[in-house]
Amino acid sequence: MRAIGEAPAAEPQVIQGADDKASGRDHAVPGAAIEVSGLGHSFGELEVVERLDLSVAAHEALALVGPSGCGKSTLLELIAGLRGPAQGSIRVDGGASEPERLAACAYLPQRDLLFPWLTAIDNASLALRNRGASRAQARAWAQPLFERFGLAGFEDARPRELSGGMRQRVAFLRTLLPGKPVLLLDEPFAALDAITRAEMQEWLADALGAEPRTVVLVTHDVEEALYLCDRVVVLSARPAVALAELSAPTPRALPRPEAVTDPTFVATRERALWAMREGSR
Amino acid sequence: MGDAGGIALIRAREILPPLLIVVGLLAAWEAAAQWDLLADALNIQPFLIPAPSEIAQALWEDRDLLADNGWVTLQEVLAGFALSVVLGAGFAVVLHLSDSLRRAFYPLLVASQTVPIIVVAPILVVWFGFGIGPKLAIIALICFFPITVNTLDGLRSVDQDAIRMMRTLDAGRWQLFRRLEAPSALPYFFSGAKIAVAVAVIGAVFGEWAGSSEGLGHLMLNASAQLLTARLFAAVVILSVFAITLFGLLALLERRIAWWGPRAGNTST
Repeated sequence: MRAIGEAPAAEPQVIQGADDKASGRDHAVPGAAIEVSGLGHSFGELEVVERLDLSVAAHEALALVGPSGCGKSTLLELIAGLRGPAQGSIRVDGGASEPERLAACAYLPQRDLLFPWLTAIDNASLALRNRGASRAQARAWAQPLFERFGLAGFEDARPRELSGGMRQRVAFLRTLLPGKPVLLLDEPFAALDAITRAEMQEWLADALGAEPRTVVLVTHDVEEALYLCDRVVVLSARPAVALAELSAPTPRALPRPEAVTDPTFVATRERALWAMREGSR
Repeated sequence: MGDAGGIALIRAREILPPLLIVVGLLAAWEAAAQWDLLADALNIQPFLIPAPSEIAQALWEDRDLLADNGWVTLQEVLAGFALSVVLGAGFAVVLHLSDSLRRAFYPLLVASQTVPIIVVAPILVVWFGFGIGPKLAIIALICFFPITVNTLDGLRSVDQDAIRMMRTLDAGRWQLFRRLEAPSALPYFFSGAKIAVAVAVIGAVFGEWAGSSEGLGHLMLNASAQLLTARLFAAVVILSVFAITLFGLLALLERRIAWWGPRAGNTST
């Protein structure tokens, strides 16, 4: 499998996922299940999440949709281990502590947050560098992904030279490269225009097809949720409780125009929208 | 060719107004000095107010004297500024990394700026002697402060979302500092350093006034005592040239290595 000489000096086991993937060898990244039960969280007086139960199977893609400000982002930060829950428990890949959750989750925030002082490929390979890989090693691991995900030729571009869609692709690769089993995506395309967003949704569907992981996608776009995910949970306004759960009707293999105009898809989208409207009353 | 001509025109438009103002002021000063207008108005001896032409003459005639003493002062400024950068950035990093140290020492750093340098300088000379020691101490005392305050502001205003993201990318404390906090703070550091380098020149002169046998400050004291006003002003010109040149070099360096800063792209110096 992996040549011993390629292993970086520090923490070789952790980096293994990225190494195998970047070297283009077939090695499925293990998915990890997420179990959330009785979760509650508040900022001072403000309750953001209340008695929430969620479960995501390994390699499943779950979307959380809900009105703006309903605590979806907080929920992702809780799962990622960036915050400790006030009540209830969260298990990711069996681990309940915050460091264990941090180790299992990769997090793509709303803004791309690319560092202007780094080139695209150095931004994408930040996690590898943080684990002790040299710049050359990190670039070598990231390189095949740039080619595979339509970014070839932009390795040394500065973030400000890239379009919004390109920046988001680099940010997504940055999330993918650590080789973590769980991807938490927080409204990744909210800032893009409609055409770019549709393109990016197709791109992400392809990328997730090639790199299957356990995915939790937060969005307020029901269509995006149904197109990209296997299951959609509709959340209420703050404090967030689960209002409805829908399974996505069409296999994601269909091209986007056919997928989103499929009658079952349209019907499910309307049911989800209706659930959201009811919930926000 | 059209482009080059256009750029030259834009350059000329940028440079012309300040140039005209400087030339105009110098001409007015020259006229006032030549016809003793200022001296009459202030009711003093005309030789106390040198004309720009006399200052230029002093710059030429005293060039060896100015060069020798200027070199001494320049060395003090450069060494003192380097010391300030190390101390200033070092304090900022330590205070950033430790909340309790910041709470304990920040008031002391502010208090250090209320020390009246001119009064304390002679004591420093008694402590450290007539050499470069007291000059470095005085320059460092004035200059570390803007560097520390600006750098610390930079370190503390790092995007919280970026910090969270770095944690999910397996960054430890050192990686967080090295790859996010330090680059974010670099443009702030340069803001502080540019302020510091201009005051460093004043610090060197204070240090020399308190006790020295060479340097532009020393030269100015002597020239003042001998009423050689043209030489005094010539020394001031050299000091200004130092300050402007060092400031310009720092601005250039900032654009080279901290070009992502909010101001680095359009620094106009």
